[in-house]
Amino acid sequence: MTTTHTGAVAVEHYSFWYGPKQALFDITLDLAPQTITALIGPSGCGKSTFLRSINRMHDLLPGTRSTGRILLDGDDVLAPSLDVVHLRQRVGMVFQRSNPFPKSIYDNVAYGPRLNRSPSRTETDEVVEQALRRAALWDEVKDRLRESAMGLSGGQQQRLCIARALANEPDVLLLDEPCSALDPIATQHIEELLWELKKDLTIVIVTHNLQQAGRVSDHTAFFYLGQLVEHGPTEQLFTAPREERTEAYITGRFG
Amino acid sequence: MPSTSLHGASAGDRIYRFATTAFALSIPLLLVLLGVEVAVAAWPALKAFKFSFLTSSDWDAVNGVFGAAPAIYGTIVSSALALVIATPLAIGVAIFLSEFAPAWLRQPVAFFVDLLAAIPSVVYGLWGIFVLVPLLREHVMPFLADRLHLGNTPFFSGPAYGPSMLAAGLILAIMVLPYISSVTREVLMAVPRAQREAALALGATRWEMIRGAVLPYASSGIMGGVILGLGRALGETMAVTMVIGNRHEISASLFAPGYTMASLIANEFSEATNDMHLSALMGVGAVLLAITLVVNIIARWLVWRVQRQARA
Ligand SMILES: Nc1ncnc2c1ncn2[C@@H]1O[C@H](COP(=O)(O)OP(=O)(O)O)[C@@H](O)[C@H]1O
Ligand SMILES: [Mg+2]
Repeated sequence: MTTTHTGAVAVEHYSFWYGPKQALFDITLDLAPQTITALIGPSGCGKSTFLRSINRMHDLLPGTRSTGRILLDGDDVLAPSLDVVHLRQRVGMVFQRSNPFPKSIYDNVAYGPRLNRSPSRTETDEVVEQALRRAALWDEVKDRLRESAMGLSGGQQQRLCIARALANEPDVLLLDEPCSALDPIATQHIEELLWELKKDLTIVIVTHNLQQAGRVSDHTAFFYLGQLVEHGPTEQLFTAPREERTEAYITGRFG
Repeated sequence: MPSTSLHGASAGDRIYRFATTAFALSIPLLLVLLGVEVAVAAWPALKAFKFSFLTSSDWDAVNGVFGAAPAIYGTIVSSALALVIATPLAIGVAIFLSEFAPAWLRQPVAFFVDLLAAIPSVVYGLWGIFVLVPLLREHVMPFLADRLHLGNTPFFSGPAYGPSMLAAGLILAIMVLPYISSVTREVLMAVPRAQREAALALGATRWEMIRGAVLPYASSGIMGGVILGLGRALGETMAVTMVIGNRHEISASLFAPGYTMASLIANEFSEATNDMHLSALMGVGAVLLAITLVVNIIARWLVWRVQRQARA
């Protein structure tokens, strides 16, 4: 699309609280365009909390607060004046359990583009086809676009959710354990897809499958008890971790 | 269970199981007996008047002619009117309570809405006679007929007596509102968080999320609530009898008095002297029973369907 890639996320001294409970401690991390960053760590260590901060999914939870900054291409995502709707269109999210709407495949993908604006039929057709192609789902569903999305297999549903996010043409794609409910073949499909998508997206994927982190990511960040213990190129983090806790985790000594 | 049957249940267990089974079975049995009893009692009238029992407006106890059409019409129209008024209000209340109300307001408001269902029917009737009917006669009906110039349309024509189909529809609307509203609130709250988050994450506003993801997901459950309300409205007797005017005539005008099946039975049962009159009232009861049964079965089915969908 563009030659200067947008979608650079810079997190600076970010801390987050659920009521009195602090879930994230002073996180500083850069997420670069055209890369995949994996977030790893034992469950409950704040990976989802971190991910959901980037598209402000916490907004609806009463009693939460945060300090620090999260910048998307230089703009402060957390600023109260920021248009959250616009933010969420630029930052797509895919959840742990696929959550298609009980609507047709077509209407699922068209949901985002139809919000706020009313694209014409042909425009929508085009966007839907392109999104499904990018999500490597087009060939499997092109003859049944009007059928319910609930009839798709688990892996297909998850790719549909990716297509649905892509239809908004986001700059950043956040995925929270997208493969944890999928079989190895479906998982492989998604991994190949992410590899393809990173050409024009900033991708962040939470996974507690370390092999997956090793296979798909360029960078890996290790979270533990709400802290970012260590981050760096995936290869380096897995072969020569600087921190003892990182080594303990990747060698399976805890978590 | 399997272990008790393998090793033989103790006497206490067996008595207990027998008693609970008997109690459980006695309910459907009672319903069947009731239906049979009503049908048998209604049979002479149904046989004598055949279809004209449902289609004729002649209800003359002295000459022994019975056509229940005005009561059937009145039941259906007053209930439909109640739903048209109550449904949007009830859904609005439910959306407010489940999606927008701050936590401290949610419980109290829900409590008061539910309390509407606990007010005795006769109290609604008294309120209807002393507040609603005068209000309609002196303000609402003249306003609709003259100010809005609806007086020329068949639906708002004729003199404004007060007791009317409109009064019955309004009072029923208030009475069914808590039923529709509490079922709707429950199905809205049962919409999975994942569905809401899916919409929000795609850039939906709060309201777009409700309209595009929450309401469609809950729609058949809401429909179930509406039909449950309809079931209530169809059978409501006391309050309606007190405000509908009890006249045996079909009129398109909502200002005109009317009748309902339940009111007809309640009014005439104590005076029914000959067998045919009694049988005709039983016939009205049978029609009412059949309609409410069907309506409730549809409601259950719709709610069951949405629950199954939610589990899948
Ligand atoms: N809605 C919430 N309210 C309160 N505490 C929460 C909430 N969500 C998560 N937490 C807590 O925050 C911590 C981090 O959770 P989470 O980000 O989900 O971890 P992860 O995704 O790494 O498993 C956990 O201790 C969890 O109990
Ligand atoms: Mg998580």
